[in-house]
Amino acid sequence: MSKQIIVPFGPQHPVLPEPIHLDLVLEDERVVEAIPSIGYVHRGLEKLVEKRDYKDYVFISERICGICSFIHGATYCQGVEQIMGIEIPRRAEFLRAIWSEYSRMHSHLLWLGCFADSMGYENLFMNCWKVREKILDVLERTTGGRVIQGVNRVGGVSRDMDAAELKRIEGEIPGLRDDFTELTRIFDEDLTVQTRTKGIGILPKDKAWDLGAVGPVIRGSGHAVDVRSTGYGAYDELDFKPVVRNEADCHARCLVRAEELFTSLDLIENAIDRIPAGDILAPVKGNPSGEYYARAEQPRGEVIHYVKANGKKNLLRHRVRTPTLANVPALVHMLAGCELADVPVIVLTIDPCIGCMER
Amino acid sequence: MKVGVMALTVLKNLVKGPATIRYPYQPAKMTPVTRGHLVINIDDCIFCGLCKMHCPADAIEVSKPDRTWRLNQFQCVICGCCVSYCPKDCLSIEQTYLPPTTSATIVSVTGPEPDKKEGQGEPVSS
Repeated sequence: MSKQIIVPFGPQHPVLPEPIHLDLVLEDERVVEAIPSIGYVHRGLEKLVEKRDYKDYVFISERICGICSFIHGATYCQGVEQIMGIEIPRRAEFLRAIWSEYSRMHSHLLWLGCFADSMGYENLFMNCWKVREKILDVLERTTGGRVIQGVNRVGGVSRDMDAAELKRIEGEIPGLRDDFTELTRIFDEDLTVQTRTKGIGILPKDKAWDLGAVGPVIRGSGHAVDVRSTGYGAYDELDFKPVVRNEADCHARCLVRAEELFTSLDLIENAIDRIPAGDILAPVKGNPSGEYYARAEQPRGEVIHYVKANGKKNLLRHRVRTPTLANVPALVHMLAGCELADVPVIVLTIDPCIGCMER
Repeated sequence: MKVGVMALTVLKNLVKGPATIRYPYQPAKMTPVTRGHLVINIDDCIFCGLCKMHCPADAIEVSKPDRTWRLNQFQCVICGCCVSYCPKDCLSIEQTYLPPTTSATIVSVTGPEPDKKEGQGEPVSS
């Protein structure tokens, strides 16, 4: 047996968009064990809930993450609305679903770009981000913010989309679909992508379930786990089918995300067809009292917002279980036994969002 | 497994020219609803302090005795929360993004005396 050495990976690493530290125990070039340590970007956002009005806290909950911000805000609102027994207008639920899907597409495109970058494929990285810009333009045009939308309110949403805007969005979808087809083709067929991802970072089906992986990580290992299937918000009226692949390697997880881009476009088309007319914001009176676990599907997987209130304007507790935290045990399992050169690619396949995870 | 799958896309990109703009030399893209920066019409302000109370980023300070309204533009997250609470609708969000700076910009605006409605203060940078 050769001598074991420890190589630190991160928190500052060219491939990592955010800081996570891994101690890689190596034997020659092979990773024997990976020991993660977190806590580099903790900001104490959950504690702030004790000092802010529960309605103003929506803006803070959106800032938990800079990528899946919209869904964080919507899930927090969902929790508070359930405690208060507010039935939000159906149109608001549809609008939330449309913006959630746009935010999922922009997150997946960002990830596909970063993933291409981790393989040293700069050109593909730029292409993904070029397409992402079109999604951000729609978000800015309809909400006023490119990545932090700020339209969620307890009781609904603050901004509506008129018929002309919905028609315009619908008209842009075929163009986006063509762009996505081109990107997916490259990720699916290219030699560089296949050599760097196929058969690497295997997460067997039973292990993915045991370790409690979520999102594209578990869907890439053959489990159809997606909170959107439970039909929260407007998803009960939309034709949703989770994307599942069985190969359980980095390539499968990459293609799950690429195919989810098309699912999101279908859901948006569905929502535009079926969106009802009406109000977008229900009146909210009084303060919440009670507790609730709100669940939603983020680009990275299932997110849980736990909110607890005692009838005052400040909540007692807000706890977020983010998908990245759920995927770290799976990551540690995937890294054991891989080559050192594959570590960046495997780390990126869980789509690590450390800002989310540490809040 | 193929080689050169992206070649056609690369060639197309070469012909099409850059997809980016030379910001800040060229103005950023804007829409009518873009949240660029927060401004106040101090003549209408009654210094009630609701904006300060509800600001999620603690970026606003209001002093009723001095009749001043201060905004730390580095701290402001341009969420628009204060705009929705303002009882006199004197706060608004403009579309233009602020120019890049290297130090915190604090805008301090002094309101007119209650009896004479003139003499608006000048923004001060520090």
